[in-house]
Amino acid sequence: MSIKDRMSGNEAVAYAMKQIEPDVFAAFPITPSTEIPQYFAQYAADGKVSTEFVTVESEHSSMSACMGAAAAGCRAVTATSSAGLAFMYEMLYVVASARLPVTLACVNRALTGPININNDHSDSMGARDSGWIQIYAENNQEAYDNYLQAMRISEHPDVRLPIMICQDGFITSHAVENILLEADEKVKTFIGRYEPENYLLNSQTPLAVGPYDTCPYYMEHKVQQAQAMKNAKQVILDVAADFEKAFGRHYGLIETYRMEDAQAAVVLIGSTAGTARACIDEMRVEGKKVGMIKIRSFRPFPAEEIAEALKQTQAVAVMDKSEGFSGCGGPVFAETAGALIGLPKIPMMIDVVFGLGGRDCRVEDIRRVYAHLFEMIENKERGPVYLHMGQRSNEKEVL
Amino acid sequence: MAYNHKIELSKPERFAPGHRLCSGCGAGILCRAMTRALDTEDKAVIVNATGCLEVSSFLYPYTSWTDSYIHGAFENASAIGSGVEAAIKMKQKKGELEGNFKILVIGGDGGTYDIGFQSLSGAMERGTDMTYFCYDNEAYMNTGIQRSSSTPRFANATTTPAGTQSVGKVQNKKDLTEILAAHGIPYAAQTTYIGNLRDLHEKSHRAIYTPGPAFVNVLSPCPRGWQYPTEDLALLCKMAVDTCVWPMYEVIEGKWYLNYEPKTKLPVEEFMKLQGRFRHCFKPGNEWTIEEAQKYVDSKWEELLSKVN
Repeated sequence: MSIKDRMSGNEAVAYAMKQIEPDVFAAFPITPSTEIPQYFAQYAADGKVSTEFVTVESEHSSMSACMGAAAAGCRAVTATSSAGLAFMYEMLYVVASARLPVTLACVNRALTGPININNDHSDSMGARDSGWIQIYAENNQEAYDNYLQAMRISEHPDVRLPIMICQDGFITSHAVENILLEADEKVKTFIGRYEPENYLLNSQTPLAVGPYDTCPYYMEHKVQQAQAMKNAKQVILDVAADFEKAFGRHYGLIETYRMEDAQAAVVLIGSTAGTARACIDEMRVEGKKVGMIKIRSFRPFPAEEIAEALKQTQAVAVMDKSEGFSGCGGPVFAETAGALIGLPKIPMMIDVVFGLGGRDCRVEDIRRVYAHLFEMIENKERGPVYLHMGQRSNEKEVL
Repeated sequence: MAYNHKIELSKPERFAPGHRLCSGCGAGILCRAMTRALDTEDKAVIVNATGCLEVSSFLYPYTSWTDSYIHGAFENASAIGSGVEAAIKMKQKKGELEGNFKILVIGGDGGTYDIGFQSLSGAMERGTDMTYFCYDNEAYMNTGIQRSSSTPRFANATTTPAGTQSVGKVQNKKDLTEILAAHGIPYAAQTTYIGNLRDLHEKSHRAIYTPGPAFVNVLSPCPRGWQYPTEDLALLCKMAVDTCVWPMYEVIEGKWYLNYEPKTKLPVEEFMKLQGRFRHCFKPGNEWTIEEAQKYVDSKWEELLSKVN
């Protein structure tokens, strides 16, 4: 039986960590993820976990310490946000290429410039090509559930890649909501033991990690890494199936909502899905055929699944919660558009960049997006492709 | 037991030949010496910062390291060391660790004095049970002899070249060993490759087997950067200590000990004249540079003597 409780997203992740009891937690604080190491430090101080809690002097060092611990054969975790993730970037690539299953709780926050502590996805989107698996949560329950699935995915022999479990800063991380927690023993059984084949502290066989990789080998290694990311798709699904069996909650690579006959759809990531769902429910009552695709796994990117879900749709708005500064749309748009390239009939698509630096997105905002999509369908004309929503402006191209 | 060079050298080699370090480079001597200082039955994890040593000793699929080895990046060897230490503690708690593992971190002056300084300071402050060995060749040699904060004043480096309006590097060398001693760590030392390497061996052994963080700074001549004939490596080290440019000392639990005092303190030019990087100092009109270098060495030496007495 699940245990009913109330928790913020940060506490939910810290609680999951307590249940898993990783070997090493390398901690450095940054808003809004700071509570995760704080909760965990208290668990350690109260003897509720035996984890080695290493308080490093920067995020670069927290990821580096995770690398050392993971290479030495341990389960290593950390948590960060925004500039903290940016400071880790170099090591994100190194850890991924060393094929070390480190778990990072990413509490999404806008990247500095100017400094802003609120939510958007610019931090983890910037790390999208680093070779990490990225799983995004809509709410505290998903953050908890995703965290419980993380190590099973990342440590799988077909994968062996680090994993980022993302949730929206403040919106999810700090809002206290109802949650179903699972019993410690059931969690421990689900996670299982970590037994790497090779590790630095193996007294029988030494291991060398992090070589200078010359031209004749580097490409082979990158292709292996790419294959591991491809393999992760099936592993994510398999772990989700096991999770459903154990705990009863269903997960996939994407979640579709009212897509079966949707004419107009939004594609988005994270907590905005709850707002969109409320909007869809209202509009469906009005007879509007609207739907949503929520991307749970952004890395690996579920291109086939998204294409399948959108093949009958007439107009699609991809909602990017980060500015990619490509000059032609955000990263989720670029990848979603790419995913549809093989469809016999590609729906009209636009990109709506929204919610930057915590700019609010309400039900009526999503309604405006759908209204715009229906206008496009009616006029049989796509119009401007790359839009921003929610900012103060008199320009017509703004939603 | 007193140091016996013959016995030490008869130990099985833990840093295998076939690496690609230049002949006349000091780094390889340190790799052999520091691993020789491990008790034979003990295991080690070597953590290496990016640099000449890393790209010369572990080129996939070959490695010279017979112990476990990890390289992550340029600036974070110490933080990786902290992660390995946490793993050791955890595996000990769980009863999953066989053997006694020591952590030996090694980096050049770039990865130690400069880009890796924060990470090093953090690991030392946390009390990480590891020994950090710096092979200090006084510039970024791997990228082509650019100045570091360890490069001595007046040295010609590719980013501080001597020219018609320049006499090489403007600033004095950062005194890193002193800064590490100021961390209050149980052991910090300076040494180099002298004679039968007894000093290096003893310091390495003491550092490795001192519980908690230890730092050993090893002056490591670089034939390309310092511009000397490869066979002069030992002579350069000898001159560095006999001119008091590089005093050999150790700081044990806050107490300073001088390990070598030259019978006759030689003028600093005896060290400088052996190296192409100081060639411009000997040109007519630049005599003042040698005088300045001498003044600096004298003041640092006096400062050190006041600490050891």
